[in-house]
Amino acid sequence: MDQPFDDDAALIDVYSPADGAREIQMTPDKAAFVKALHSLCGDNMITDSARLAVYETDGLTAKRRLPWIVVKPGTIAEVQAIVKLCHTHSVPIVARGAGTGLSGGAMPHDEGVLLSLARFNRVLSVDEAGMTARVEPGVTNLGITAAVQHLGLYYAPDPSSQIACTIGGNVAENSGGVHCLKYGLTVHNVAALKVVSPEGDIYDLGSEALDAAGLDLLALMHGSEGMLGIVVEVTVRLLARPPSVCVALAAFADVASAAKAVGDIIASGILPAGLEMMDQLAIRAAEAFVHAGYPEEAGALLLCELDGTPTDLKRLAVRMEALLRDSGSTGVTIAWDEAERARLWQGRKAAFPAVGRISPDYYCMDGTIPRRALPDVLNEIGALSTAFGLRVANVFHAGDGNLHPLILYDANKTDELQRAEAFGGRILELCIERGGTITGEHGVGAEKIDQMCIQFTDDERTVFFGVKACFDPTGILNPGKAIPTLSRCAEFGAMHVHRGQEPHPELERF
Amino acid sequence: MSDSTSILRDQVAQAAGRSSPLRIVGGNSKHFYGNPQPCEYETLKTGIHSGVMDYAPEELMLRVRAGTPLAEVKSLLGQEGQMLGFEPPDFGGNATMGGVVAAGLSGPRRPSAGSVRDFVLGITLLTGDATVLSFGGQVMKNVAGYDVSRLMTGAMGTLGVILDISLKVLPRPGEELTWCRRADAAADESLLGQLRRNGLGLSATATVGDRFYVRASAEADVEGDVVDGALWDRLANQQLSAFEGGNLWRISVPRTAPTFMEQAAVVEWEGALRWLLDPAEDPRQTFAGAGVSGHATLFRSDEGDRDDRFHPLDPLVGQIHRRLKQQFDPVGIFNPGRVNWYSNAN
Repeated sequence: MDQPFDDDAALIDVYSPADGAREIQMTPDKAAFVKALHSLCGDNMITDSARLAVYETDGLTAKRRLPWIVVKPGTIAEVQAIVKLCHTHSVPIVARGAGTGLSGGAMPHDEGVLLSLARFNRVLSVDEAGMTARVEPGVTNLGITAAVQHLGLYYAPDPSSQIACTIGGNVAENSGGVHCLKYGLTVHNVAALKVVSPEGDIYDLGSEALDAAGLDLLALMHGSEGMLGIVVEVTVRLLARPPSVCVALAAFADVASAAKAVGDIIASGILPAGLEMMDQLAIRAAEAFVHAGYPEEAGALLLCELDGTPTDLKRLAVRMEALLRDSGSTGVTIAWDEAERARLWQGRKAAFPAVGRISPDYYCMDGTIPRRALPDVLNEIGALSTAFGLRVANVFHAGDGNLHPLILYDANKTDELQRAEAFGGRILELCIERGGTITGEHGVGAEKIDQMCIQFTDDERTVFFGVKACFDPTGILNPGKAIPTLSRCAEFGAMHVHRGQEPHPELERF
Repeated sequence: MSDSTSILRDQVAQAAGRSSPLRIVGGNSKHFYGNPQPCEYETLKTGIHSGVMDYAPEELMLRVRAGTPLAEVKSLLGQEGQMLGFEPPDFGGNATMGGVVAAGLSGPRRPSAGSVRDFVLGITLLTGDATVLSFGGQVMKNVAGYDVSRLMTGAMGTLGVILDISLKVLPRPGEELTWCRRADAAADESLLGQLRRNGLGLSATATVGDRFYVRASAEADVEGDVVDGALWDRLANQQLSAFEGGNLWRISVPRTAPTFMEQAAVVEWEGALRWLLDPAEDPRQTFAGAGVSGHATLFRSDEGDRDDRFHPLDPLVGQIHRRLKQQFDPVGIFNPGRVNWYSNAN
């Protein structure tokens, strides 16, 4: 094998780029590590700051940090060798798919290796009869469906970033989407994983069978944010396309009556494939952007998708329309053909970029609450919006109570980002107070670390650290994410109590 | 209908102090399942901790204490036109919800609706050092922290005492029918494909001897005789004569795998679950071969002292199991020996 670094001078070049932007203290151990890593990765290793900058953030662009080194292996054996080397030298590893995550889960470690799995982009096999597909972790969510749709099959979870996000990242965050209420999250649609341990060994969890021997480590791996192992292969379950689909668009005077309609539909025994809500600001932004034909005067609207057999669906659609009207809807449109359904969905799917047009920046939150708390929580978010002086648009998965308040701010204005983050933190705390959770589908990552201190007790967080240690005893996988240390929570708690004594607690942090 | 958290916690604390093993028992309906435990072990009775804590039909959410009888839950949900999607067996009618979740056994609807763990939203857990911890929650989507609730599902009470469980429930489907016809592997497989493609609510299958049974929406036009749907309950509880024998093995395989297809006494789950009666050899040997995926469990045995009933684990996975056991139950008081996942042989 080539040994390109045969003297220390050459080594220094590797991590001290000409522009001198970054300086990493080089120890003999680090020098040896870089040399060995380069001999494993060759051209698929990035160390100059210009190219490293591509990896400095994921979908949570407010948080940025340059990685020390980026590697882009192409085979499982290479991943194993890289991980083994990192383990030997105690170098942290952050795995990354497409970098579309919204909680900073793939935010690099400045003294660590960022392991890009982007080259793992092949669909390895499709089992039509068994209705599974074995894919590499860098295959995009939509890429799976693209590979099987000629068989009348599809992969159900559909996060909004599905055109770009990878299945490996979906497993790491246990991603959802608009069809979770009926078809589940990533954890419900994955049959098996191939995992590289932090020591560089490989093991399998699950199989194409419907259960596996031992504890359910397959479930545990979902949503573990790259902190327990590195997923190098995913076997997903596929579903048959439903034969018939319809979408109802219902306008309401306000969010509370729309929320009541959601409860009425579900209590009636209808399980919608998707059930989404938008508030007035979101409706107007979406309408101005894509002209989906949404009623701009409405205070809220619901999009309700049903699927099933044609006969069953006709019957259900009649019931649903009656339910919507009885719950106070001021207008219901039902779309049956594909083009019309796509038009109705378009406004919802374009809601985030649409909000991006009416504000220089926005901050997307991800709390989940029991649905019955919806009207109250939305009112309180409205009050907080006034208190913080920042507008908020609400677009969310109403069927499962998963809120996505979009806080509008301008990063160029003094303190607006900080205010937006403080506002977001208050929304998450509100979700916990109402019996919900700080994250429904985006993950904790680097973003919601402080709120983890509120949602869980010291004992519970200690268990999380214990669980991590069972998989990663030396703690090299994505350190510092998802679970706050006891001391960090102690500091956060102290700040909390102090804030509580102020008349405008939420503004007191700065 | 009472909260007995403090009683259970005190008992665990005392047992931990003495390093004295506890056998966790709900309704004792699944006493036959898992490796036998010495009768001198002290019993921790979760049946005293019972009652529905929250049920919101419009939220599709149910929260119950572990000792709540499954029968009570089924009846409560039935009144609202809802059900447990995983159709758990009750083995004689005394099963409790804690036992249902701890054993993680799902019924006939599993391939179409999901397994026990798929419906678990959150749990409250009593760990080996007598602390009460909550994981997950009462909402449908929750990715805060590791998914400890699902880890406890199917853990056979070896990692802690489940105090209460929050579950997603489902509306009952529209009218379903059960058809019976002469089993014919190719024709049956083609029928399943047709039912799936046409969205006709395929929700259970079974091959028993030369008969093939299928349950689907009443809308489906299946060639065969319509029979009583009570069959599925008897199947889930293994009350059919086809299950009678000395050693009953549960074989979980990919649905279309050839493994034991011929020898199986009963095949469920669209092919993915197969039951073997008194095989000449330990069926686990078959899985040692390359390319054969799945696992086998000795589900019931008349050899009372068999203590290797569960499938061996891959060495690395076994190591993680031992560490998790150490983490949640450091003194080793919960159901010692009930499973063979934590031994060094794995």
